[in-house]
Amino acid sequence: MKSHVIVFPGSNCDRDVAVAIERISGSAPEMIWHKNTSIAESDLIVVPGGFSYGDYLRCGAIASTSPIINEVVKKAKAGVPVIGICNGFQILIETSLLDGALIRNNSLSFICKDIYIKPENTSSIFTKNNVVAKMPIAHNEGNYFATSDTIKKINDNDQVAFRYCDANGLINEGSNPNGSIDNIAGILNDNKNVLGLMPHPERAVELGLGSDDGKYIFEGVLK
Amino acid sequence: MTWEHKTDQSLVESHGLKHDEFDSIVQGLGREPNFTELGIFSAMWNEHCSYKSSKFWLKKLPTTGDRVVQGPGENAGVIDIDDGDVAVFKMESHNHPSYIEPYQGAATGVGGILRDIFTMGARPVANLNALRFGEPNHPKTKHLLSGVVEGIGGYGNCIGIPTVGGEVNFHPSYNGNILVNAMTVGIAKKDKIFYSAAAGIGNPVVYVGSKTGRDGIHGATMASAEFDDDSEDKKPTVQVGDPFTEKLLLEACLELMKEQAIIAIQDMGAAGLTSSSIEMASKGNVGLEIDLTKVPMRASNMTAYELMLSESQERMLMVLEPGKEEMARNIFKKWDLEFEVIGKVTDTKNLVLNMHGKEEACIPINILVEDAPEYQRDYTVREPAGEYQIDPNTLNSKTIIDDLVIMLSHPNLCSRRWIWEQYDHMVMADTLVRPGSDAAVVRVHGTNKAIAISTDCSPTYCKHNSFEGGKHAVVETWRNLVASGALPIAITDCMNFGNPEKPEIMGEFVECIRGMTEACTILNYPVVSGNVSLYNETNGEGIYPTPAIGGVGLIKDISKTKTIAFKQNNSLVYAVGETKGHLGNSQYLSIVQHKELGSTPVIDLNKELKNGKFILELVNQDLALSAHDIGEGGLLVAAAEMSLSSGIGITIDCAIKSHEFFFGEDQGRYLIEIDIQNDDTLKKLSADHGVVVEYIGQTKDAVIEIKENSKISIEELKNNHEKWFPDFTK
Repeated sequence: MKSHVIVFPGSNCDRDVAVAIERISGSAPEMIWHKNTSIAESDLIVVPGGFSYGDYLRCGAIASTSPIINEVVKKAKAGVPVIGICNGFQILIETSLLDGALIRNNSLSFICKDIYIKPENTSSIFTKNNVVAKMPIAHNEGNYFATSDTIKKINDNDQVAFRYCDANGLINEGSNPNGSIDNIAGILNDNKNVLGLMPHPERAVELGLGSDDGKYIFEGVLK
Repeated sequence: MTWEHKTDQSLVESHGLKHDEFDSIVQGLGREPNFTELGIFSAMWNEHCSYKSSKFWLKKLPTTGDRVVQGPGENAGVIDIDDGDVAVFKMESHNHPSYIEPYQGAATGVGGILRDIFTMGARPVANLNALRFGEPNHPKTKHLLSGVVEGIGGYGNCIGIPTVGGEVNFHPSYNGNILVNAMTVGIAKKDKIFYSAAAGIGNPVVYVGSKTGRDGIHGATMASAEFDDDSEDKKPTVQVGDPFTEKLLLEACLELMKEQAIIAIQDMGAAGLTSSSIEMASKGNVGLEIDLTKVPMRASNMTAYELMLSESQERMLMVLEPGKEEMARNIFKKWDLEFEVIGKVTDTKNLVLNMHGKEEACIPINILVEDAPEYQRDYTVREPAGEYQIDPNTLNSKTIIDDLVIMLSHPNLCSRRWIWEQYDHMVMADTLVRPGSDAAVVRVHGTNKAIAISTDCSPTYCKHNSFEGGKHAVVETWRNLVASGALPIAITDCMNFGNPEKPEIMGEFVECIRGMTEACTILNYPVVSGNVSLYNETNGEGIYPTPAIGGVGLIKDISKTKTIAFKQNNSLVYAVGETKGHLGNSQYLSIVQHKELGSTPVIDLNKELKNGKFILELVNQDLALSAHDIGEGGLLVAAAEMSLSSGIGITIDCAIKSHEFFFGEDQGRYLIEIDIQNDDTLKKLSADHGVVVEYIGQTKDAVIEIKENSKISIEELKNNHEKWFPDFTK
């Protein structure tokens, strides 16, 4: 089991992801500094959350031009599982590995709280557990937006990974924390080996922290 | 007194220096200072940096204890938390800038206190705050509240340190002067703490971090004066924060600290390069020579004066071991940060500043530090407010639940969710108890132990009896830690007061210190760091005395952590400590009857200690399922909070069912939830400890019911409790 976590200046969930991966898989990931240009053979690459480059430009825009990104894109296209969490999701969108855009929360403020998500696609390595999972969100720009053509495409192609829902798995307006179209919380690429999601599964890997449901997302890849 | 100096008197006054202070500068130097030197004296001798009005009294606070590794005087206090680990913490004010520019003022307050912590070699693990705003219907309150909360979140969220707790209240005395007090706790190894004393003649003095610009010049002097109607004009003295750069600085500093390279390190906070260089030289009893042309600059043609007084953020000054410069430079280069050798340590005991080959300043360090003014200002102690006899006709016992709803919907007692959901309180994945309980609990990474942290103060208690108010602020944090299952260890204080030149204000300060001293001594709960913010006045109106306290405790085994949430149905709920029904100066009187009257409740510190130890014994024996201190609002408010945070109701069937009993603010009390099978054990244990316990009721359903009186569903109460902030800020 070999995994890699990319570290940008301003990443701040890199350690949390590393701890979660080690907890679930038993082996610690290798941390890859963004100025590197290659990644060894890998079973999972994680682009973690944070505020890469301060997010002073559009979130993820500068990180998506970092030296390491070419290698991430190359590996993703070769089928290596890649997860982008929060800022990592924003970065993967900026690289065009994933469709759509993440805009300002409809509340116009940062939101940090527990939410529930439910897999829509139930066949990918990240979603096949098919359980309603509780985990936190913590973001300012997590409001998923795409043109109606793109929304149709990702729906038709089973690329919606997760939708926000309530504790019982009901997908409704009340359980949408940020205004995302159709409660979309995470999406997949065409090949379903790249996942981007706003919630933080790495913060939900032990009950003492409020939930261990985050394991469902990692387990398919790490075990 | 006539002005006998060549230097323009108005120039001296605009630097906040008094006539006799200028006299002593001239005497010390043997000549009149030049413009740059005048700026340096102004920066060092203002209230904010010199503590000239408060020093005499601060020395009275107890600052030592078995677990104190470093008391006041360094960048932050340090306490031993076993296994070679230490917790490093401090609270600091950013009041004046936050009133002028709430977002940046609050953000840089967070940035500043974070630097104080990682300067000492600790990784920051938790941010907290203590906020006071004016009355909600004051035209500025909404703007200030939104800006401050956004600023705190903006900085903490970006740098990735969780903001795990705090307190906020509203009172007209803060209409013209809000208070923004920020606290950070970090964790380090006891044998890897870094200090600020410069040493080693000839060693390089290194500047790292952001470039220096013209922002924040004279920020500390501004923060040492009262406001008037033109306070908005002071905007240029407020610094602008860059949390991204601070994140890089944090990682770069911690990376360099792993090497044997740093002899001394000091962050550039208030009064920037001036106070950091002088602090390092003074602590090390050496001189420093600095070539200002080498300082990385953001603007062109900056003068020596501007460079020395800029409060640009995210900068540090270090003394390195000779020969380590290149290794250190590479680390900072990796993080895209400035790194320049700007001077050296000398044996002259002078601060010498050169620029373009010309000497711009030469000041003996001792004149700046030891000869700094220190005042024993006159003070008068106001008679504490007397008892208030409430008119029994105003207390209709049928309305107890109605009154509870009114109280829990009020800005001072309602849910703070709107605030803390804007703060990332879970990043770093060690937050075991989130905001909304008595104390935040953060695990020490990679271990089975945790620290508990709480900030508190009751300004109305302090206003109407500063001695008891000072005691209370300390004790309230202590109780919060105890109720969380933690052994309280030490505090940091942030002393916010009005103009100390007024004897009545100075009297409030003196009395608060006296109360704090007594509480800290009896509870063995020393002060290890702190900050003083005076001149919180606008047009002559001062704030209420506000000694905000941040307490830190240790939970040796995280499985013993307690929260306020009821855990199960059919538990028994007991009040620990005696309830007499003290309604004077209470939230009930203030919120329901709109009266700020009566005496501050008195704390019997020996009983306090006994009750606290009893709670910790219950925790130790796994008898308490949940625990909550009974604070402002009284017993029923505390019980309702336990229901609100769990969804589990309570049927109250105690002997007395009066307003005094439910809303009185008698001190030294807790509510505890115990399993019904432990009832006898509890009674025996309380008798053994000589502690009063009183049966209150039983947890049940999702309703709060006072038997033979009234009831409300938790859902309805919650709707009321959660409403105020979202509605107000819409």
